[in-house]
Amino acid sequence: MTEIIVVTSGKGGVGKTTTSASMACGLARRGKRVAVIDFDIGLRNLDLIMGCERRVVYDFVNVINGDCTLKQALIRDKRLETLHVLAASQTRDKDALTEEGVRRVLDELTAEQFDYIICDSPAGIEKGAHLAMYFADRAVVVVNPEVSSVRDSDRILGLLASKTHRSANGNGGVKEHLLLTRYNPRRVANGEMMSVGDVKEILGLDVIGVIPESPDVLAASNAGVPVILNEESDAAAAYGDAVARLLGEECPLRFLEEPKRGFFARMFGG
Amino acid sequence: MGLLALFRSKPSSASIAKERLRIIVAQERGGRGGPDYLPLLRRELLQVIHKYVNVDPEAVQINLEREAGHEVLELSVALPEKPGA
Repeated sequence: MTEIIVVTSGKGGVGKTTTSASMACGLARRGKRVAVIDFDIGLRNLDLIMGCERRVVYDFVNVINGDCTLKQALIRDKRLETLHVLAASQTRDKDALTEEGVRRVLDELTAEQFDYIICDSPAGIEKGAHLAMYFADRAVVVVNPEVSSVRDSDRILGLLASKTHRSANGNGGVKEHLLLTRYNPRRVANGEMMSVGDVKEILGLDVIGVIPESPDVLAASNAGVPVILNEESDAAAAYGDAVARLLGEECPLRFLEEPKRGFFARMFGG
Repeated sequence: MGLLALFRSKPSSASIAKERLRIIVAQERGGRGGPDYLPLLRRELLQVIHKYVNVDPEAVQINLEREAGHEVLELSVALPEKPGA
């Protein structure tokens, strides 16, 4: 059974691509066959985050147009052998993605017995975002604890409930999860940032992960190594937990509180 | 949160954010699923009403209610009090 998961948010810059890359790595690390697809046509980025930008020969639109086979376009990850990347095209043609074309690619990946297809959605609610979510079985809605991101996520939830293949065909709808990123426990404690509980209450969804704000995320994208692969990082551990929950494992949320600091650290630390 | 915060009467910015979102999200969810022409209808009705009575844009409410088998479009306009009354 292939499961199609869209990583979406509405608002840009909240961590969709970071999340797609880490979730895909996390699933592959557990032996699942994973394909991660960049739907941000015109603004290719997933390849950079995955660190395979120099190996892109063919892209998603090439496959749809029949310029190459799917096998030729899939880039096999050098770290995890069951992980494959399909890069976005850099064409400026807005109509390069078609529902029929996307369906064909997803069907072929399903026939190839991939366990998971992760669709990395572009920001906004235009065609790319629509097609990224259209065939999804599940959605991971990435949200920052910040007003515009939460509102945009709710808009996306509305679209997931009405403009998807599952919603249109009465297949029980798309299963939705929230994933909070850039979570800063200290600011939450100070009342400067909404808490997981607040966001959960407003949007009324279960939380599949809370990723603490961490300098490791930028370092990971600088290096082209998805942050989940950084063994020492809290953000990596939090993504690892999110993957576990995606696989149905029970695991309590971590990193919701500021680590206790010693007396000297509090006196002299920043 | 320090001791000082206990005496602070100002609500935290996070609780303001939460309250604002709670309201706007509820409002936007209410408008969802309705026909796309509702906002335009509201605007045009407002223009027509405005020709005769000087009403506040906020005073016009349009709701679409679904009841068994049919839909009710409800329009309510709060007229201003007569000047000098």
